[in-house]
Amino acid sequence: MATPPNSAGAPASTVDPAEIAKFSRLSAEWWDPNGKMAPLHKINPLRLAYIRDAACRKFERNAKSLNCLSGLRMLDIGCGAGLLCEPFTRLGAQVIGVDPSATNIAAAKLHADKSQVSIDYRNTTIEQIDPRERFDIVLAMEVIEHVTDVGAFLGRCAAMLKPGGLMVVSTLNRNWKSFALAIVGAEYVMRWLPRGTHQWDKFVTPAELARHLHNHKLTITEQAGVVYNPLADRWSISSDMDVNYMVVAEGAG
Amino acid sequence: MSHQRGIVIGGGAFAGLALALALRQGLGPDTPIIVADPALALRPSRDPRATAIVAACRRLFDVLGVWDEVAETAQPILDMVVTDSALEDATRPVFLTFAGQVEPGEPFAHMVENRHLIDALTKHAEAAGIDLRPVPVISYESRPEATSVTLGDGSVIEASLLVAADGAKSKLRERAGIPTYGWDYDQSGIVVTVSHERDHHGCAEEHFLPAGPFAILPLTGKRSSLVWTESRQEAARIIVLSDDEFHAELEQRFGLRLGEVRALDKPKAFPLGYFVAKSFIGERLALVGDAAHVIHPIAGQGLNMGLKDVAALAESIVDAARLGIDPGQADVLENYQRWRRFDTMAMGVATNSLNLLFSNKSTLLRSVRDIGLGIVDRLPPLKEVFIRQAAGLGGEIPRLLKGEAL
Repeated sequence: MATPPNSAGAPASTVDPAEIAKFSRLSAEWWDPNGKMAPLHKINPLRLAYIRDAACRKFERNAKSLNCLSGLRMLDIGCGAGLLCEPFTRLGAQVIGVDPSATNIAAAKLHADKSQVSIDYRNTTIEQIDPRERFDIVLAMEVIEHVTDVGAFLGRCAAMLKPGGLMVVSTLNRNWKSFALAIVGAEYVMRWLPRGTHQWDKFVTPAELARHLHNHKLTITEQAGVVYNPLADRWSISSDMDVNYMVVAEGAG
Repeated sequence: MSHQRGIVIGGGAFAGLALALALRQGLGPDTPIIVADPALALRPSRDPRATAIVAACRRLFDVLGVWDEVAETAQPILDMVVTDSALEDATRPVFLTFAGQVEPGEPFAHMVENRHLIDALTKHAEAAGIDLRPVPVISYESRPEATSVTLGDGSVIEASLLVAADGAKSKLRERAGIPTYGWDYDQSGIVVTVSHERDHHGCAEEHFLPAGPFAILPLTGKRSSLVWTESRQEAARIIVLSDDEFHAELEQRFGLRLGEVRALDKPKAFPLGYFVAKSFIGERLALVGDAAHVIHPIAGQGLNMGLKDVAALAESIVDAARLGIDPGQADVLENYQRWRRFDTMAMGVATNSLNLLFSNKSTLLRSVRDIGLGIVDRLPPLKEVFIRQAAGLGGEIPRLLKGEAL
């Protein structure tokens, strides 16, 4: 449902407007597994499985059931065109997808209609969501490297978790290897992403992320690296968190 | 919650029904599974043919719950003898024997009569709540997000995926405009069931005669199923011979090891060829079994290749659905194709080479192949590899073929 535009009293947005424009250009291509978003489609099953399995462990569900997330309220921040929202909705979750790009939300709504899944998409930012809303799971996948204030952003997320809820964050580490692979490799050599998609200096190290999460009383329960094998053209979970990594944290019970 | 689009399978023979059961098991009762095939009206089946079910595929039928039903009519292949000889040779030197077990107590293959298996599959599909329609798929229209499938009873089903399991002359493959390539062997396989005086003790024989392989595959109760390769012309001549003349030809090839031999049904000839579909997938479409490929029956792998498709496609679909991914989505289908197409081509090339190597009278080639078979026979590790390959246990194996539920 549409949210009223920046109502008086809402906190200042942490979203960088230049970043929004960049992703809007990509939106038409979102759902083509062989199109510009092919890398995201390749990595998506891995992210879905990681989040599903963490949720099933936490909420004691059977991951083999096609309804394993039923009844869970989920917030997907920076949902893009819904590559996570649609699958989790099919698995029974009640998903709210939020994205600051109107183009992304429009593309997401269009696709959800065609797929016959009903998702509450909102073209807004986390700062403008009713602060009284609560979620079992909050996702910030490939988001924190695009926000202006990581600490404030994670604070908003933490505040919206139900007691004992799960926060899942994926992002890019900041070191020479991530510069070589994520910027030079992904944007210049492989051309997976348009040049300028990422700014390396905004990447967040696992230690920095852990400190932020800790500040907001979130306890890290698991973390993993995501690595790409160019020969097999396959992504896999690894203990190597040097470039892409994911972290699951639990809110205070 | 979302509305579930179903999966339509065009073709209700082994591959189609096995896939339907595997999907029902993996996806649970909420996903509609529809199988459309006019032949579903013709049950109980009267198919006189028999098929070798290799160990991996027996495991699949076991997991699907149908093996128990056919087990008592299935003849385990306990031993296998391969010979290489000219038709007029008095004795046929044995070059290769397999004491055929993949695991202790698990024979590498069973001979199963098609009608028993098809009836058991149909019965279980019915019991599992699969929507069986005795009508053909008339047409379909695919879009990026779904496919509308029109059946012969006039109904239109909005499905996430249409599976073409409608055989070598697949109408669905044709409608999708997917070309095939391959070649014709100018050989036919004569298929006939025979009875014989003495027990075969579960031994399968394959005689590489100059016209091509002549296989004797044991059935229950002093019966065997023959696959007898001849040139297309010769096969056409043989199947119309009088009873006496036919039995004279038969005896010349079958030998007298098992005593007097009698044909139990009318011999039929099937043209042999090899083809593989240029693609195993289309938009919201997947090809399985003979619709995707037909290989030379020389190694008895045709149906088993089809069941490998079934296991791989079912696993790709179920794993995707459990992640909430639409199972008809292009990347899910590409995963299936990557998994199966290379394996299929490799098997096609291998069976073709076998056929070229054995279907001729060249003395030189005969020496080469006999030395080869002799070496294989004397090297247990190599033989082990061949047995596991023949049993369908080579390569990256889908879970169902390992006997694991999805």
